[in-house]
Amino acid sequence: MLQLEHIGKQFANGVVALHDISLHLQAGEIVTLVGASGCGKSTLLRLVAGLEPPSTGRVALAGEPLTAPHPAVGVIFQEPRLMPWLTVRANVAFGLAQLPAAEQMARTDAVLARVGLSNFADALPRQLSGGMAQRVAIARALVTRPALLLLDEPFSALDPFTKASMHEHLLDIWADTRPTLLLVTHDVEEALVLSDRVVVLHGHPGRLSQTLTLDLPRPRRRTSPEFQAWKQRVLDALAVEVGA
Amino acid sequence: MAASTLVAPLLAPAGPTTASPTQRPLGPRQWPLGAVLPVALLALWEVLARLGVLPPNLLPAPSRVLTTIAELARTGELWPHLGFTLGRVALGFGLGAGLGTGLGALTGYLPLMRRLLDPLLQGLRNIPSLAWVPLFILWLGIYETSKVVLIAVGVFFPVYLGVMTGIQQVDRKLVEVGRVYGLAGLALVRRVFLPATLPAYFVGLRNGLGLGWMFVVAAEIMGANKGLGFLLIDGQMTGRPQTILASILLFAVLGRCTDSLLALLGRRLLHWQDTHGTSFS
Ligand SMILES: Nc1ncnc2c1ncn2[C@@H]1O[C@H](COP(=O)(O)OP(=O)(O)OP(=O)(O)O)[C@@H](O)[C@H]1O
Ligand SMILES: [Mg+2]
Repeated sequence: MLQLEHIGKQFANGVVALHDISLHLQAGEIVTLVGASGCGKSTLLRLVAGLEPPSTGRVALAGEPLTAPHPAVGVIFQEPRLMPWLTVRANVAFGLAQLPAAEQMARTDAVLARVGLSNFADALPRQLSGGMAQRVAIARALVTRPALLLLDEPFSALDPFTKASMHEHLLDIWADTRPTLLLVTHDVEEALVLSDRVVVLHGHPGRLSQTLTLDLPRPRRRTSPEFQAWKQRVLDALAVEVGA
Repeated sequence: MAASTLVAPLLAPAGPTTASPTQRPLGPRQWPLGAVLPVALLALWEVLARLGVLPPNLLPAPSRVLTTIAELARTGELWPHLGFTLGRVALGFGLGAGLGTGLGALTGYLPLMRRLLDPLLQGLRNIPSLAWVPLFILWLGIYETSKVVLIAVGVFFPVYLGVMTGIQQVDRKLVEVGRVYGLAGLALVRRVFLPATLPAYFVGLRNGLGLGWMFVVAAEIMGANKGLGFLLIDGQMTGRPQTILASILLFAVLGRCTDSLLALLGRRLLHWQDTHGTSFS
């Protein structure tokens, strides 16, 4: 469903962030990008989001070249990025302007309930904690029911309990509508709980180092020996990259 | 007046426009503190004037100033003066703020327009606005047009700068959110740029209004037979300081009232702001 062909990215200031990245995502697949800070993970997501053009190579969605933001692609940024002048409800409904008001309302209420913020529907962003704001941002992306959802460290601001429950919500939603998910994280367990494949990036500019296809059955239990074994393998893959 | 926007808040009769953090959080028990000094000074002034320590032909008592205003109101003489001054400020403000908003939006949003127009406008801004007076009188005559235009010039620059810098400082990250949800062009302007620019816009409007009040005085002093500025000159010509002080007081009250109106509107529209001093004085 998503094809990255020999992607390279050089910024106007000369910094080369990515070098020759090729990656294919199947529809409904969950792929996690891991790698050291600054190796170009966010940049890769921005290219797929259509916020920036690649310098070389091409990005295609279902065979169509992707050159601008696409309605079927949702993004959850590293920060909440809520509109400070809109209530929580209006922020969540931000991408629904084309729908009838009643449908907007119904969808927004449902997704707010899902992220546990029904009581804050009329609050302003300044009245939210960091974790709550990030959950609103997650709701805003989910409510449009994207076919491809890009997530840039979406849960890093959440406490472990909220984080675990957000993982479950995300997997629930995924089980419902089977969106394709491309997720950046620094949290190896998060990668293992969620993904079908873990893609390791390394270096400056960032290159593909290895791809690990997880054969763990779902739902995954963090305490199972297989899970722990995979955790070690991913950590090894990251360590190779740090050592290199 | 050359560096008009920097100096404007200090000179403006309406008082400083920078948000004062003390306003909202403080309960009613706190406010009289700020009133102590003015009241004490007024009382002292009144007493000294009554005792004849202050020469009445130079500094009449505060009560004398108030009775002068009451007298002007009773005879009906006051209302045309008020009306003309308010009308000039309203017209000049509307004209200057309208142009400032339009051009500021153009230069803020379109880099090409900024490169084309901004150098010229910044150049014009460096001319002390009162230096235009003789030219305006020559071109537009001594009557209303030149006055309104002068006020409009004063209002224009702070509003223009407020809009332009406001738009340029809109958070790129929020703009990206708009783009991700398919917004572009006018929809992006309406749903992201406009609300994000409002705080800077209101600062510009209030600075502009302050300059508008300053320039109406200049315009009315340079020749008018109606208006509060005329009362100033009239008081000077006829040696009645109470009339001058009455006019000054009315300018202060009007400036304050119109500024509060703008501030109120701003508070309504900007209640979402998350800043240290969200309050407007
Ligand atoms: N707009 C930009 N202009 C110039 N250089 C940039 C820009 N954005 C990112 N970079 C550079 O590209 C490289 C990759 O940045 P990126 O944000 O993609 O890293 P990351 O892998 O997401 O890091 P982190 O894990 O810390 O979020 C960095 O060296 C960064 O300095
Ligand atoms: Mg990043």
